[in-house]
Amino acid sequence: MLDILFYVFAAITLISALLMVLSPNAVNGAICMIVSFVGTAALFVLLEAYFLAILQVLVYAGAVMVLFLFIIMLLDVDKETNHYLKDKMTLAGSIMGFALLTILIFSTFVGDQHLPEAALPTVAENPTGEGLGIPFTTSAKSFGYSLFTKYMLPFQVTGFLLLAAMVGVIVVSKKEEDAK
Amino acid sequence: MTVGLNAFILIASLLFAIGMLGVLLRKNTLVIYMSLELMLNAVNLALVAFSRYNGTMDGNLFVFFIITVAAAEVAVGLAIIVALFRRRQTVMVDQLNALSR
Repeated sequence: MLDILFYVFAAITLISALLMVLSPNAVNGAICMIVSFVGTAALFVLLEAYFLAILQVLVYAGAVMVLFLFIIMLLDVDKETNHYLKDKMTLAGSIMGFALLTILIFSTFVGDQHLPEAALPTVAENPTGEGLGIPFTTSAKSFGYSLFTKYMLPFQVTGFLLLAAMVGVIVVSKKEEDAK
Repeated sequence: MTVGLNAFILIASLLFAIGMLGVLLRKNTLVIYMSLELMLNAVNLALVAFSRYNGTMDGNLFVFFIITVAAAEVAVGLAIIVALFRRRQTVMVDQLNALSR
């Protein structure tokens, strides 16, 4: 049952990502992107990272994509002409690189001599996790413990980064004639 | 679940390749930016898979930080794109090939 779900969600994620890349209309692309993000959130659920799945839907599929759609509709750029391809050489190079990467991936993971399959470890019961090696748990509580013990400094830096980004956005998007 | 770590890494790699294709092929800056987000998303998927199969929380925490930084980056990048559009009236990269005009 879980296998079928994995294939379904992986197909949804990949196909909608491809549709986003290939659709000439940016608004359609953004909608496909939301579907792709929700598919990734479902894959997170299959990996038992429930908190990250919720975060993915709220932040990525919700806030970030709403911001994207807002800007796309605000700027109202017309459709890309000449079939959205920069030029023939870029297209050829991209297709070749993509094909090479796909062959590489398949020969690494799918062929006869693929990497050994890792065994799925059991989920730890204790959400706190003593010491530095915090075991994998499904509860959101372990995020809190990790953030306020092992990752205290990155957490603070992230907060400062968000403040800097907020101030930067206000400065950048201010109208220029206000300065005079 | 019989599908293992390799299948998740395979999906993440393909997702990253699709995002790279978008960055290389498209002309609209906003779509290029969405493709960048797609590549970040692929890396997130790989990190969560590694974290789950390694039995530690570190990968999940990295994904948490990546999501936070990506949200801040989207806000700044879109503000830059709007400022650029105000000045040049276009978001197509083939017309934005000079720093000043």
